[in-house]
Amino acid sequence: MIIRKVLVANRGEIARRILRTCRARGVATVAVYSEADAGWPFVREADEAVLVGPPPVAQSYLNIEKIVSIAKETGADAIHPGYGFLSENPTFARRCREEGLVFIGPDPNVIAAMGDKVNARRQMQQAGVPVVPGTDAPLPSVEAALEAAAAIGYPVMLKASAGGGGIGMQVCRTPEELKAAYGTAAARARAYFGSGDLFLEKYIDEPRHIEVQILADAQGNVVHLFERDCSVQRRHQKVIEETPSPFLTEEARQAICAAAVTAAKAVGYVGAGTVEFIVDADQNFYFLEMNTRLQVEHPITEETLGLDLVALQLDIAEGKPLPFTQEDVTARRKGHAIECRVYAEDPVTFLPAPGRIVAYEPPGGAGVRIDDGVAAGLTVTPYYDPMIAKLIVSASTREEALARCRAALAAYRIEGIKHNIPFLQRVLDCEAFVQGRYTTHLVQELQPQEQKGARQP
Amino acid sequence: MSAIAAHMAGIVIRINVQVGDAVQPGQDVVVLESMKMEIPVQAEAAGTVRAVNVKEGDFVNEGDILVELEG
Repeated sequence: MIIRKVLVANRGEIARRILRTCRARGVATVAVYSEADAGWPFVREADEAVLVGPPPVAQSYLNIEKIVSIAKETGADAIHPGYGFLSENPTFARRCREEGLVFIGPDPNVIAAMGDKVNARRQMQQAGVPVVPGTDAPLPSVEAALEAAAAIGYPVMLKASAGGGGIGMQVCRTPEELKAAYGTAAARARAYFGSGDLFLEKYIDEPRHIEVQILADAQGNVVHLFERDCSVQRRHQKVIEETPSPFLTEEARQAICAAAVTAAKAVGYVGAGTVEFIVDADQNFYFLEMNTRLQVEHPITEETLGLDLVALQLDIAEGKPLPFTQEDVTARRKGHAIECRVYAEDPVTFLPAPGRIVAYEPPGGAGVRIDDGVAAGLTVTPYYDPMIAKLIVSASTREEALARCRAALAAYRIEGIKHNIPFLQRVLDCEAFVQGRYTTHLVQELQPQEQKGARQP
Repeated sequence: MSAIAAHMAGIVIRINVQVGDAVQPGQDVVVLESMKMEIPVQAEAAGTVRAVNVKEGDFVNEGDILVELEG
């Protein structure tokens, strides 16, 4: 089949990004937008734009029936969900299918299978993809805990089965520490959660978050598009990503990429997807989860491979086979790319900072790409994600990419709202980042004054 | 008298106190939501609530006074 008209079920920078590829292919576009987004660039740039509802997401960008009916009314033949919102919602993918619309993403059953974290872990274990070693059932006694810990290897994390949010977790580095912690942890778990059940997991000391982009066609071909290092995070949300990872050895890179291909094949994946891993100081890697959609940080992969992932998603959705082999992909890879996420937030406390953008002048020049969704005069509202733009730089070496990134951030002008560019600059200048020796603890170490008590519901 | 101000712009999603309530330092008096995050606003000092200036669903700017205390 040929996709002639795409409805983009998203907003902001990613809606714009998808529209751009559609336009280049001669594919007609439909944007849906909430009342809060009237007049935003993605609304103006689509061939047609339809109001989907009031600002709250439940009534707008998560309104499945409304979006499906707009697609039918406008004669769209496919829906691109972007990331977030409905992109990993199996019900939405199924509804599209029932209405004869192409959902640009994998099969609804694959979305559901990977969305269930316990099931995903089990499926990966069966496929031979490493998962974080741990006990699957509650520990019956301290003796059983000691035995399990010896098999897993120290350090271990003692966790309350019913726990969450870091409560009831304790790192044990020796059998003595585990023995001492066990009794109090069980008592505390009983007091806090009503259940004294404990289990053990390997504790990853210096964790890196590294993910692998994969592409799979309907014919069963799967390739990886190498890794992205996403270890710079605040509140478990990525802030800066780069590729290649400055940490991985060539041997580990090959192994982690091969594991991602195995993971995709094991679940019968079709489309663009990302397999996320946690990597320890010795380059051992463990499956975390699979994201069954386009990733925010996909541009750094595009810049180092000279590919358009959205175009490839459309090709795969049309049933075309992948236009390249793994060897072709490897031969294309060159240089280094870094992405900085620009958030409308306080650069010290990371608190959201909605408001009106008075002046907006993004940087440009060789190797500088801006994927943004905003413009001067627009108001960033409190209803949606704080990310307003992505700065992507590429160069032949990491050092050059860093220099280019610093220059671009210095030239980026955003006035009227608080934004995190000063924070991004601090990260790029810190020793650990410059040397490529950073872990997911970097932001905490750099900026411990992050707002306490804030949470994402 | 002391005032508890919003430390970010957002929507008031919960008000935990009423006029006449005694509050302790560190107590969450109002919860704001902005950009997919819930952030509690806490009393810095002890006191009795003299006025609540907002209602649930209100949009507030950084620095707006949410709750006034006396004592």
